[in-house]
Amino acid sequence: MKTYLTPALAGAAILAAGMSVAGAATLDDVKAKGFLQCGVSTGLAGFSNPDDAGEWTGLDVDYCRAIAAAIFNDPKAVKFSALSAKERFTALQSGEIDVLVRNSTWTMSRDTQLGLAFAGVNYYDGQGFMVKKGLGVASAKELDGASVCVQTGTTTELNLSDYFKANGLTYNPVVFEKLEEVNAAYDAGRCDVYTTDASGLYAIRLTFSNPDEHVVLPEIISKEPLGPVVRQGDGQWFNIVKWTHNALLNAEEAGITQANVEEMKSSENPDVKRLLGLDGGFGESIGLSNDWVVNIVKGVGNYGELFERNVGTTSPLGIARGQNALWTDGGLQYAPPVR
Amino acid sequence: MRHCRPGTVRDTELLLSTSLRKVSMAIQNDAGKAGGRSGPGLSAFIYDPFYRGLIFQALIALAVIWTGYEIVVNTIANLQRANIASGFGFLGQRAGFDVSQSLIPFTNDSTYGRAFFVGLTNTLLVAALAIFFSTLLGFIVGIARLSPNWLLRKVAMVYVEIFRNIPLLLQLLFWYKAVLALLPQPRQGIELPFNSSLSNRGLIVPRFIPENGFAIVFAVFVAAIVGAVLLARWAKQRQMATGQQFPTIIASLGIIIGLPVLAFLVMGTPMTVEYPELRGFNFVGGVAMKPEFMALLLGLSIYTASFIAEIVRAGIQAVSYGQTEAAAALGIRPGIATRLVVIPQAMRVVIPPLTSQFLNVTKNSSLGVAIGYPDLVAVFSGTVLNQTGQAVEVIMITMLVYLTISLTTSLFMNWFNSRMRLVER
Ligand SMILES: N[C@@H](CCC(=O)N[C@@H](CS)C(=O)NCC(=O)O)C(=O)O
Repeated sequence: MKTYLTPALAGAAILAAGMSVAGAATLDDVKAKGFLQCGVSTGLAGFSNPDDAGEWTGLDVDYCRAIAAAIFNDPKAVKFSALSAKERFTALQSGEIDVLVRNSTWTMSRDTQLGLAFAGVNYYDGQGFMVKKGLGVASAKELDGASVCVQTGTTTELNLSDYFKANGLTYNPVVFEKLEEVNAAYDAGRCDVYTTDASGLYAIRLTFSNPDEHVVLPEIISKEPLGPVVRQGDGQWFNIVKWTHNALLNAEEAGITQANVEEMKSSENPDVKRLLGLDGGFGESIGLSNDWVVNIVKGVGNYGELFERNVGTTSPLGIARGQNALWTDGGLQYAPPVR
Repeated sequence: MRHCRPGTVRDTELLLSTSLRKVSMAIQNDAGKAGGRSGPGLSAFIYDPFYRGLIFQALIALAVIWTGYEIVVNTIANLQRANIASGFGFLGQRAGFDVSQSLIPFTNDSTYGRAFFVGLTNTLLVAALAIFFSTLLGFIVGIARLSPNWLLRKVAMVYVEIFRNIPLLLQLLFWYKAVLALLPQPRQGIELPFNSSLSNRGLIVPRFIPENGFAIVFAVFVAAIVGAVLLARWAKQRQMATGQQFPTIIASLGIIIGLPVLAFLVMGTPMTVEYPELRGFNFVGGVAMKPEFMALLLGLSIYTASFIAEIVRAGIQAVSYGQTEAAAALGIRPGIATRLVVIPQAMRVVIPPLTSQFLNVTKNSSLGVAIGYPDLVAVFSGTVLNQTGQAVEVIMITMLVYLTISLTTSLFMNWFNSRMRLVER
């Protein structure tokens, strides 16, 4: 009761008591504080994970840093809140964090009933299954009667139920609140199957003592567009987060990288000039300085760089760009133009 | 309860009527002196401790009501301003998730409201069983702590000191890990009689499916219990009157087991047995007691028993040794002396703190969420809260439920306490 109800209770209390935060100008609050309070996961390799030195790393973490760079020209001006699936939305609603970038799936009910707004999709994902190789299972269709480990408060829990029902299969859910608890139960053989977003499965597999003993099954059973989330009611803040995401994509498309951003300032390409703030007042239109994109790319790089560094083929996760390639390369990542 | 004698009611009436008279007198006084600002009328109101008390109580009551009202209105306004859904309509919506253990039928097509009852019944189930086992174990250990046998006494002491002093959450995690680590995979499960099996999927036993006519067997069973109770009463009365003893326990057991078995045979064994069968990953058929449930029940019972043992020991020690000696002097054997002289007096001391332990069991059962037990906190203020996002409503309902369970337990224990009170002759 004590340990597990308190976060929710605190959230409920804040909701009940005041919530002066909603509607107020988040940008002003953040500037006054001097840092961005960013909600991330409690530890998911490639997305948001503290490294050996205690520094947060990952694709989601770099999004927090990009927003901080856009505001403060300092990608380090971020404080992180580690949140379980269950705690994350309450933390955002209650104003404990300014933005949530925690492998969260954009769904209609989250957009409409929770008072939240998703600002884009930084990773196109889908739910998958992982089993121990020794079971000799090759397809999710063979999982009839299996015990399945799953984390509470996720879309995962619902997709799982739909999938087994649609395929006329039975299963036994074993539900935990914390990621370590799910991992431990799967590792101890309590479940035959681990299910979550496919990216998560690759990340979690790496944490097991012998990753090669586990296989991810080929079926992808859902759409999981993961992205940054803000509270409704603050259009300016929503735009800052949305356009930081778009800037990362546009920078990649225009070939602007962390290394060449200074040189690119002398480019004659009108797209590049607008993006880098040499033409027009786009930064100021969302309450930032006009060189906001320069600050973002200098601070963290462009989207492709973030992807490769954190989850791509050069990282331990080794995930191919696939759907997350730019539209120009046949992927789904497509940002509206800055103009 | 004991204060509700007619006399008390009259006292209250008296008090009320006196105060009314005082009020009306004060008003008359006040009216008598037109504009009487400094007259004794006004000062009567302000300086008379009686009126002052009334005024302050009314003010406090108003403040409490106003605060409550403000909180409700504010919360609703805040939720609406933040575009967060509110209200209790979600209880009727389709849940869309599954729960591993349920006493009532539940599928992903059931409503959130039904999921609430699934969680509630799971909480009540584990709490009731844990109360039963911890009381049993607690009494045994508590009495063992006073045993003349050195070894037994020390073992009991070590038990109490270990389990009372380690946080319950750690103990639960330990039991869960231990249960999972010790038990084999289902395919290598430990085979037990009747196709039962013990593995890290739990203890799986055959399911009994009653058929037509089983109701009669059940009715005979109930009748046999009633019969046994009557028999015990009669035997006790006879013993009181004549001193003759009767083998009550053996006779009752005979009735309670024998008669239903006879009825069962006469009705032509109206029951089928569904044996669990290992198919693919898991057992199909039968009933399973899940490892999460086993670990939670074990952890809660063992932890609470250590406190109950101390309460029982204190209760027994509170009965002066003279009582035991007096019983011995009357020629009563030690066992009977403990049962009929010491324990009844100890119960007076034992029951009130025992009530707190029972309340703790229910509340502590919510820690089961850490080991994946689908109790009220896990299912309702966990999954349901998250899928609907209606934190305020869900947390409020959950708190009300725990409050209700606790108050009901308290009421029952108070009733039990007044029954166990020593009747002075
Ligand atoms: N995308 C899904 C699931 C996200 C999720 O919570 N995944 C888990 C398993 S990979 C996770 O990241 N847990 C990390 C944590 O709890 O800190 C959702 O938004 O509901």
